[in-house]
Amino acid sequence: MNLDFGFLSWDVLSGFVVKGLLFSVQLTLVAMVGGIVLGTLLALMRLSGKPWLVMPAAAYVNTMRSIPLVMVILWFFLLIPLVIGRPMGAEMSAIVTFTLFEAAYYSEIMRAGIQSVPGGQVHAGYAVGMSYRQTMQLVVLPQAFRNMLPVLLTQTIILFQDTSLVYAIGAYDLLKGFEVAGKNFNRPVETYLVAAVVYFAICFALSMLVKRLQARIAIIR
Amino acid sequence: MATWDWQVFCKDTVSGEVAQGCFGSGGDITYLQWMLSAWGWTLSVAALALVVALLVGSLMGILRTTPHNGLVLLGNTWTELFRNVPLLVQIFLWYHVVPALVPPLKAFPSFMLVVLALGFFTSARISEQVRAGIQSLPRGQRYAGLAVGLTLPQTYRYVLLPMAFRIVIPPLTSESMNIVKNSSVAFAVSIAELTMFAMQAQEETSRGIEIYLAVTALYFVSAFTINRVARFVEGRVAVPGMIGSGK
Repeated sequence: MNLDFGFLSWDVLSGFVVKGLLFSVQLTLVAMVGGIVLGTLLALMRLSGKPWLVMPAAAYVNTMRSIPLVMVILWFFLLIPLVIGRPMGAEMSAIVTFTLFEAAYYSEIMRAGIQSVPGGQVHAGYAVGMSYRQTMQLVVLPQAFRNMLPVLLTQTIILFQDTSLVYAIGAYDLLKGFEVAGKNFNRPVETYLVAAVVYFAICFALSMLVKRLQARIAIIR
Repeated sequence: MATWDWQVFCKDTVSGEVAQGCFGSGGDITYLQWMLSAWGWTLSVAALALVVALLVGSLMGILRTTPHNGLVLLGNTWTELFRNVPLLVQIFLWYHVVPALVPPLKAFPSFMLVVLALGFFTSARISEQVRAGIQSLPRGQRYAGLAVGLTLPQTYRYVLLPMAFRIVIPPLTSESMNIVKNSSVAFAVSIAELTMFAMQAQEETSRGIEIYLAVTALYFVSAFTINRVARFVEGRVAVPGMIGSGK
C-alpha cells in the first residue's frame, strides 16, 4: 500500500493534534507535581514507624500498584460521580486518577530516596535542636529529592506514556488527536505511524536528558 | 450508595434473566461464564507474551553485553525503540499499521498481533534487566571462561548466563506481574479479555461496582500466583553461597 502523509498540514495538526498534546502535557505535569507531593507524604507515613500511619499508607500503595492502570482509570470514572454526586468530565477524571495513581509509584521512589540519606543526618538535625518537621523539610527531603531526581524523571516519562490510556474513557489526548485526524481524512495507518514517531521523539529525547543528568548527579551519602 | 446485587453474575447475557445454578443453558452464557472466559483470554495473552518477551528480551540483553559493536547497536536500538513508545500506541501499530504494510499479516488473528505487541514491548524492559544482570558479574568471570579456551557462546552458556539469570529472577518476576496488568490494554483492539469484559458488562448491567470488584480480584489473584510461582522457582534454582540465595 502507498503511504501518503500529504494531508498532515499544519492546519490539520493544529486543528486536531495540538489540543490533545496540550492535554497530555497538562495531565503529565499535574500528575507529576501532585503525585510527588502525595507520594512524599505517603513515604513519610510509611517510614514514620507508627502502625496507624504505616498500615493505611502501605495498603494504599500496594493496592494501587497491583491493579492495572486501565482498571484504575475505569474505577475512578465510575466512582467519582457517585462520591461527588454529579458527573465529571473524562479529562478532569483522568487528572484526579493519574495524580492519585502515580502517588503510589512516586512514594516508592521517595521512600528509597529518604532511606538513601544516612541516619546521621537525622541525628545531626535533632542535635542542633530542629523538630521532626524541620529535620525532614530542611535536611532529609532535599537530599532525598536530589538523589532520586533521575528516577523521579524516568517515572515521569513512563507517566507520559501511560497518559495514552485515557483512551479507555475517551478523553481527548495526543493519541486521540491523531486518531480523530486519521478518521477524518481516512488515513488511520499514516496517523498512527506519525503518533508513534511523535511519542518516540518526546520520550527518547527526555530519556537522553535524564541519562545526562544521571551522569552529573552523584548520590550524596 | 446503592445496595449490592451480586446476582448480576448469574444473569443470562442475552435475556438478562437470572439463570438456574449460575450457568446458562442451551448455548446461552451468564456473566460469570463470560468473565471466566475473559480471564482465560487475559492469562493466555499474558502467558504467550511472556514467552515472546523472555526469548527476545534475553537475546537483546545478551547482545548488548557482547564485544561486537554491531550487535550492541542492534540490542540498544531495539530496546530504545520499544521502550519509548506507549504500549497502547504499539498495539495500534501492530493492529492497524503492520498488516497494512505487510499484507500476509492480514490473515493473522488479532490475538496473535496483541501477543507480539505486548511481548516486544516487555522485551525492551527484560533486555534492560538481563543486561544489568550480566554486567553485575565481575569481569574476571568472562575472562576466565575465555582463558580456559571456551568460545564466546560457551562462556555465556556455561559461565555468565547461569549466574546472571539467577540474579535477575526478582526483576523478571515483577515484569511477569506487569505483563498481566499490561494485558489489560488489549481492550483497545477488542480482545475479549477481563478489562473488555468489565467495560461491556458494566454498560449492559449498570452494576459497575460488582463487576469491577470481581475483575480487580481476578487480576490480584493472577499477579499473586505469578509471585508465588516465581518465589518457588527462585528457591529451587538458588545456589548456596551465591547472592540472594539466603544460605
